[in-house]
Amino acid sequence: MLKQIEGSRAVAEAVALCRPEVICAYPISPQTHIVEALSEMVRTGDIWPCEYINVESEFAALSVAIGASAAGARAYTATASQGLLFMAEAVFNASGLGLPIVMTIANRAIGAPINIWNDHSDSMALRDSGWLQLFAENNQEALDLHIQAFKLAEALSLPVMVCMDGFILTHAYERVDIPSQALVDSYLPPYEPRQLLDPDDPVSIGAMVGPEAFTEVRYLAHARQLQALALIPELALEFSQCFGREAGGLISEYHSEGADTVIVALGSVLGTIKDVVDALRAEGASIGVLAIKTFRPFPLDAVREALAQAKRVVVIERSFAIGQGGIVADSLRKALAGLHIPTHTVVAGLGGRPITTVSLERLFRTALAGALASLSFLDLDQGAVDRVLAHEREVRRSGPLANRMVQEIARASVRIE
Amino acid sequence: MSFQPVRFYQTGTYTVGNRLLDEAQRTVQATVARANSLTSGHRACQGCGEALGARYAMDAAMHATDRQMVVVNATGCLEVFSTPYPETSWQVPWMHSLFGNAPAVATGVAAALRVKGRRNVRVIAQGGDGGTTDIGFGCLSGMFERNDDVLYICYDNEAYMNTGVQRSSATPAAARTATTPAMGPAPGNEFGQGKFLPEIAMAHRIPYVATASVADLRDLEAKVEEATHLRGARYIHVLVPCPLGWGAASSDTIRLARLATESGLFPIFEARFGDVSEARPIRRPVPVDEFLRLQKRFAHLFEPTIDTERIAVIQAQADRNIKRYALLP
Ligand SMILES: Cc1ncc(C[n+]2csc(CCOP(=O)(O)OP(=O)(O)O)c2C)c(N)n1
Ligand code: SF4
Repeated sequence: MLKQIEGSRAVAEAVALCRPEVICAYPISPQTHIVEALSEMVRTGDIWPCEYINVESEFAALSVAIGASAAGARAYTATASQGLLFMAEAVFNASGLGLPIVMTIANRAIGAPINIWNDHSDSMALRDSGWLQLFAENNQEALDLHIQAFKLAEALSLPVMVCMDGFILTHAYERVDIPSQALVDSYLPPYEPRQLLDPDDPVSIGAMVGPEAFTEVRYLAHARQLQALALIPELALEFSQCFGREAGGLISEYHSEGADTVIVALGSVLGTIKDVVDALRAEGASIGVLAIKTFRPFPLDAVREALAQAKRVVVIERSFAIGQGGIVADSLRKALAGLHIPTHTVVAGLGGRPITTVSLERLFRTALAGALASLSFLDLDQGAVDRVLAHEREVRRSGPLANRMVQEIARASVRIE
Repeated sequence: MSFQPVRFYQTGTYTVGNRLLDEAQRTVQATVARANSLTSGHRACQGCGEALGARYAMDAAMHATDRQMVVVNATGCLEVFSTPYPETSWQVPWMHSLFGNAPAVATGVAAALRVKGRRNVRVIAQGGDGGTTDIGFGCLSGMFERNDDVLYICYDNEAYMNTGVQRSSATPAAARTATTPAMGPAPGNEFGQGKFLPEIAMAHRIPYVATASVADLRDLEAKVEEATHLRGARYIHVLVPCPLGWGAASSDTIRLARLATESGLFPIFEARFGDVSEARPIRRPVPVDEFLRLQKRFAHLFEPTIDTERIAVIQAQADRNIKRYALLP
């Protein structure tokens, strides 16, 4: 059924259609609307049987999901930003124990300075935690990915994060097709745990493992992630046959075949990128887009194949590794090893800074002209940074960087006026 | 599934398999067909109070629930000595997740069982004093506040034993630990209230809070059994001396637990919905010295000179308990 609906509500309805049995979450912007909607649906009996547990922290939220999942219930939680970091210990634990929990990440920057707006620093910080990570491009896909996520998680007995851009998707009203319960039921069977806390057949879960077996356990986790590389396209195909639309998969290509310059990105920024690419292609530019839908496991082969003919690759990253550079670009360089394709990192939209078509167009033109640096920051106020650096050299006194930066930027904008 | 047969049989007025009692009054451990949660062959130190306490508590719970239970364990000695992969000593469904989240994991298990309609399966969480009073305290308080249907048992050995005897918030005043060395003008742990979790649990007004010790295993069993039959959040705090951490003889575990009680340092009581319903009177009062002297962690109070001042403060703490819980008639 088509509905004009907020992204968060759409995701909540998708989760509800997956018949979760235990939902447990702690509020944090921009995830709140999702869990509010779910708590309401559990109260009204729209999701039944299901327990909605209000907890005292994100650490507890995921821990409850861990217990519920181990005891055989389909478990769901959602968080973002500081919340994800606060539950980090349990994040690694859930994957180590092989528990198929699904968690929505309403992507948001991490403080300090505190910032509630969107970028991908949070989920990227936990990219090596053993969870699968799927990134939604729009709200329809966010909804569809949740349905696939439960199936994927349970097939592999591994937890899955569905990442959607905070505010940009979670708070956007769009027309979304919400499938029927019968359709979802036909796609997603009930959860059958691999291992269960059951008095009739006692097992010990979470034993202490020493050096003699730990490497093997980790290797198996890796091997199971690699199985996902085959399973994800299968489930996406099955999904499209069942639901009549495409969603998910490892990657998706947009005019990238034969294009000299390929823009790589994940998440909602793809929409804006595609608009700009359309305009440039209309002028005859050889430019296309590669969307990464699955970031963990990283689809090395699929990416290599898709980019093998490109002359240059530009990665738009909504997070970055401080002291190092691009996170996505790093994986890309690995995928392109030996192909000698210049790969540029463009860090964009940190802490919710808008990624405008104007800026992207300027950027892409620079790239097409072969004049793009290996690492750059979209719309960086270089003047403000330089002034702060100069000031720091003069005044040898430590203090919050952010305040000075904001002052500098404010001063600069006054000067412009 | 096969259960290990009972190998030993204790006698005596306070002991578990008391054959002087009526058959009906004998406890779980006194019967050959008893439930057996934790098999022998685990790797606890000799004389470990925690191994003993956990075993009796879990066996009693197994008996009371007719084996329909799930156990969640925090990180700590109990977890480490009982589950070195690929071995496990547990004969009950058992799960360890992290140091600080056992109460929340148990909440999740309880929720799953409720959804699955398995109301007869009971959930028990357990941890050391560190996992309970420090790192897991937030999760535990949350579990109490929601009145989740979980019995939480804390095995209090008064320090972080698993990581090598460091101070916890349950470490008593003046005790020497690896992080509160017996040096300087005020050697050992700082003097203070400590964090006495049973009273904090009571402040949550949960249905049942009790303290117990391994000196009276019949009492421990009875309290576990009682708690198992109730619903909602329940808390039992068991004093379990640790020969290694306390610097005591392995053969003194039970004696130390008894002296802690009889000196008034560790009151034994039950509370329902926040009010004390019963306190166990002290049978043979002893000064705190008798308890302190047997342990190397308090040696600096006696050598090279007797630190009467600091011992007097500990005695005052014991006296305050005696008054507060009316432990002497
Ligand atoms: C987050 C975290 N911090 C620290 C540790 C290290 N650690 C493991 S067990 C433990 C102490 C356990 O003490 P307690 O709960 O009192 O149990 P005991 O070993 O004394 O029975 C510590 C500090 C850990 N596992 N996880
Ligand atoms: S260190 Fe203490 S608590 Fe740990 S196993 Fe040894 S005696 Fe038991």
